[in-house]
Amino acid sequence: MKRYSTTVCALALVLCAGAASAQLKATITNVPEIPFTSQPNFLQPPPGEYLGESVAVATNSKGHTFVYHRTAPTSKLWEFDQNGNFVKEIGKGYYGFEFSHSVRVDPQDNIWTVDEGTNMITKFSSDGRVLMVLGRRPPAVVGAAATRTGPNPPAQKYIFCRPTDVGWDPQGNIFISDGYCNNRVVKYDRTGRFLAQAGSEKPGNAPGEFNLPHGLQVDGQGNVWVADRSNFRYQVLDNNLKPMRVIANLGVGWTVCVSQGPHQYVFMSNSNPNGNTPGSWDITGEIYKAELDGTVLGRFGRPGKLAPGFQVVHMMDCRDPNQIVVGEIESWRVQKLTLRQQTAGR
Amino acid sequence: MKKWIPFLLAATMLAGFPAIAQNAAPEIPFDSAANPLTMPDDIYLGEVGGVATNSRGDLFVYTRTGHPTVTLGGSRNFAHGGSRLFQFDRNGRFAREIGKDLYGFMFAAQVRVDPQDNIWVVDQMTNMVIKFDPQFRQVMLLGRKAEAIPIPARAGGGGEGGGGAGGPPGAGRQQDVFDRPTDVAWDAQGNIFVADGLGNARVAKFDRDGKFIKSWGQKGTAPGQFANVRSIAVDAQGNVYVADGGNKRIQVFDNNGTFKTQFANVGNAQAICITSGPNQVLYSSDSNPPNNIDTAGEIYKMRLDGTVIGRFGRAGKMLKEFGTVNAIDCRNENVLYVGEVGNLRVQKLTLR
Repeated sequence: MKRYSTTVCALALVLCAGAASAQLKATITNVPEIPFTSQPNFLQPPPGEYLGESVAVATNSKGHTFVYHRTAPTSKLWEFDQNGNFVKEIGKGYYGFEFSHSVRVDPQDNIWTVDEGTNMITKFSSDGRVLMVLGRRPPAVVGAAATRTGPNPPAQKYIFCRPTDVGWDPQGNIFISDGYCNNRVVKYDRTGRFLAQAGSEKPGNAPGEFNLPHGLQVDGQGNVWVADRSNFRYQVLDNNLKPMRVIANLGVGWTVCVSQGPHQYVFMSNSNPNGNTPGSWDITGEIYKAELDGTVLGRFGRPGKLAPGFQVVHMMDCRDPNQIVVGEIESWRVQKLTLRQQTAGR
Repeated sequence: MKKWIPFLLAATMLAGFPAIAQNAAPEIPFDSAANPLTMPDDIYLGEVGGVATNSRGDLFVYTRTGHPTVTLGGSRNFAHGGSRLFQFDRNGRFAREIGKDLYGFMFAAQVRVDPQDNIWVVDQMTNMVIKFDPQFRQVMLLGRKAEAIPIPARAGGGGEGGGGAGGPPGAGRQQDVFDRPTDVAWDAQGNIFVADGLGNARVAKFDRDGKFIKSWGQKGTAPGQFANVRSIAVDAQGNVYVADGGNKRIQVFDNNGTFKTQFANVGNAQAICITSGPNQVLYSSDSNPPNNIDTAGEIYKMRLDGTVIGRFGRAGKMLKEFGTVNAIDCRNENVLYVGEVGNLRVQKLTLR
């Protein structure tokens, strides 16, 4: 009685995590703890309604929070004001919504959703109109298909396969991590025309290749940060998608966030694995804060069912580098974390 | 127990068409209105199967809204939902939904309005053609929705026709049973022509009361054969224009299905429209495949003898660019409504 896709996904993750648990643990040492406080449940859903898997969170310039969560009958995009009060649902019943993976807000406050059920990326205006779509939902008229086995079919320029995240450079070029059944990063111009890709449908572990690119952000220099999850690393690509750097000592690369402002920081999450495999709470769950050059400044958080513990952090918003909004898969919860300023010298 | 099934399909894209601009027709300058439709906050257009106006300027949009419901846990899987029919007023303001939760609405193929302002809806998944009168009452049905759907589904269209043993592929049965129909048109006498379609490859003709008269066509590339039948229109003389997009041509038949001529210089004809009035013209979209905006996409304006008058537009995502046009309304020769699959929108074009 379960969604086919969810069942298969969860099963694969358990197997994956079990087989590779040795690599889950970050090898970096002597990282200072950043003290923080959590404000769990600061979002107030409409009366009688609940958040589902809160895999995607983002804020806009006015401090509104957007949560694109997995609920029934399909994933929903909810907007909350700066005090956490519910504002409205955006995209009710929208064709591109089925199974949420990411929401991001661009510098013009447009809201972009990434849906791995419909394979569609949608740009909404701040008032909720559809401005652009990338990718295409497989047409229902040919019906449901069993999950494919065997090699992935060749990646296409304008079609995604369970895409995961979206980002923009200062020129407005669009970058998409794609995804669970392609293994690539794709660049489009601001009008949605294909420019370049790194990786392909095939998984790989050389620089510039990916194995489940799961999160993506672009920094102020136009460099592209990719959480290369099943390779247990992060990769940094230049603006033309040439590999620049690999970061492989921070555990599994689940998701990445780049803060705004003149001095940008990068946050990277070694999220605990789905299913909370035995022993996993001892070696995973922390988030790292780093400089753009890769210097790790500190870490915070650990797994736990109860806040401020994390239950598979899936996405972070770090518009303000001292106030991180965290969306979790298995707790159906969004936490707002306030990091205390670190001592000088770090 | 009802569950929503994400129709995740790994490799079901339509085959790409190597469309090439085939002539140096003059460019027709045009504008596209920003936000021609005003939607309620809780309604979004999905892929637009059809857009059509009636004589008062009302606009009808038949759109794939997604999320068909499938019932699991029985001996068969039952499905409904997934498309909706909306009416807008002449200023583009949302007026109403027609046929909410209608049994025949699953995957929007087309909507057309006949000369009496009846609204005809073609659904590619329920394989039905539904006629509403101007008061939105159901007044005639062609085809029948399958009782149950298999999951996983059969492969996409293009299989054997339903002609029974020995029937040529795509010829269909000699009755009102369709396989992914795409469009409907009428002649001056009210005879009905159904484009059938992406599964079958035939045109089915019915009289004005819905009685089956004949059908013609099968899979193939010869005159009178079709790769698929994507769109259909009838001129004032009763000639039938059939968009045979997969063969990159428009075929013209007389009223009884006898092949007359073909136009093979306008690319992947996916949506066609013939204007009314004494000097009829034909619009035809060389629609880009849904997986590529770097090819084709332009719309041609032609005389009924096939002479190209001009062309406009190209594939893309901006205003004045087109994402797999599936419908053209040309009640006014210089004000076109265009429905797009790729960009989930309707554009209102004014040709200069």
